Amino acid sequence: MTQSLVARHVLPGAATWSGLLRRGSALEVEDLEGGANVALLLVDAARPAERLNVPDTLKAQHVARIAAGVALYSDMGRVMASVIEDTCGWHDPLCGHGRQADVDALHGPTSFAADRNAARRGAREELLLELAKHDLGARDMAATINLFSKVTVDADGALRFHPGSSPAGSRVVLRADGDVLVLLNTAPHPLHRNPLWDPRPVAIAVRAVGPAAADDPVRLACPENERGFAATDADHPAGRPA
Amino acid sequence: MTGVLVTSGLDPAAAVLDEVVQAGDGWTRVLRAGQHLRIVDLAGNQAVDTLFYDAHDTAERYSAQDTIRAQGSLYLTSGSRLLTGSGRELVTIVADTCGRHDTVGGACSQESNVVRYGAHTRHMHACRQTFLAHALAWGLGKRDLTHNVNFFMNVPITPEGGLTFEDGLSAPGKYVELRAERDVLVLISNCPQLNNPCNAFDPTPVQLLVWDAAIPVA
Repeated sequence: MTQSLVARHVLPGAATWSGLLRRGSALEVEDLEGGANVALLLVDAARPAERLNVPDTLKAQHVARIAAGVALYSDMGRVMASVIEDTCGWHDPLCGHGRQADVDALHGPTSFAADRNAARRGAREELLLELAKHDLGARDMAATINLFSKVTVDADGALRFHPGSSPAGSRVVLRADGDVLVLLNTAPHPLHRNPLWDPRPVAIAVRAVGPAAADDPVRLACPENERGFAATDADHPAGRPA
Repeated sequence: MTGVLVTSGLDPAAAVLDEVVQAGDGWTRVLRAGQHLRIVDLAGNQAVDTLFYDAHDTAERYSAQDTIRAQGSLYLTSGSRLLTGSGRELVTIVADTCGRHDTVGGACSQESNVVRYGAHTRHMHACRQTFLAHALAWGLGKRDLTHNVNFFMNVPITPEGGLTFEDGLSAPGKYVELRAERDVLVLISNCPQLNNPCNAFDPTPVQLLVWDAAIPVA
């Protein structure tokens, strides 16, 4: 049941990772120390012009936070991944990832020569490099989701970042519902104005869970998801649930 | 609930362009730095889906997330600076008689319509058809279509993290006016959505005016 496909790997703070998740596998992400932030981007493995679409995800499910039971949609009306376990309850889909210029503005200049591998790296630049490893570029960037970070919106629209919303040991598990290229970056949330540069590590692992069954709770969460999963299953005829 | 309403001093008689875009149609133009674009919601509660690109480097394009993060607020109104993913300023909202515009709801597509409304909507016209047609004419493609602004649309987010589509705050004749901060390619889809009550299931035309510079009424 919990066959491990990729051994547990610790991703340090402000680091970047990408990997291919096959349909029916699941990526488990654990906030080891608490206070981690993980920018998440999903790209269809076979058709890179199809990618995570945050607006489609939010309006299909009438949510502005990502939590257990939420499906992550592509721009083509298919479910790329689902949140099948979550101890955190709120992952931010609104604020995106920061840039090197933001990091430098808050913490001052940094370089490998001065700081070695503790150099402070901005998320956008690192995600663009990771995209480039797959022959993708700035045109392929899309809105990202910040795992383990909570940002609320008040009646006037003001955004508020909630430090410490993710305790040590928080876990989120994303099931791949298609074949998906996953990109992760662990730079701090761009609205976390901590004068101390303190990016937190996460542990990741991949295990087999199987495609969404007919009675899968994410599939059945709303009629929109039933239709989204039907389109996703039709795209993978060999993997259709019994 | 909304931004401070700001009217424009620009005289429509001095506009270098004044045209009506019907519901379901698109419009593209390069605004030169300093030009102003006014979008008038002629009949009220229309959604005007809009994308912006640096005209000289289209990989630098409007980023909803960077824009709302930089202003610390979810809704667009007078004073909002619309940014690219690397933080370049594209346009600034310089006048707004509506008070709130959405940038988290995205654009309708044939595929997302199936998810939201059912298979019978698969072949209905949708904003991303319009965006794609106009993008192709400029040598751009699907990769270049990203998350847009919905002028005149009201998509409140609750403190509990819910997302709702509310009746618009707009009304006939309300307008929003933008100043180009650099040469900017603008793609507009005047939304053809027939399945969402936010436009009373009745998409309507908008008026577009362009001025060469901010010359106030004498």
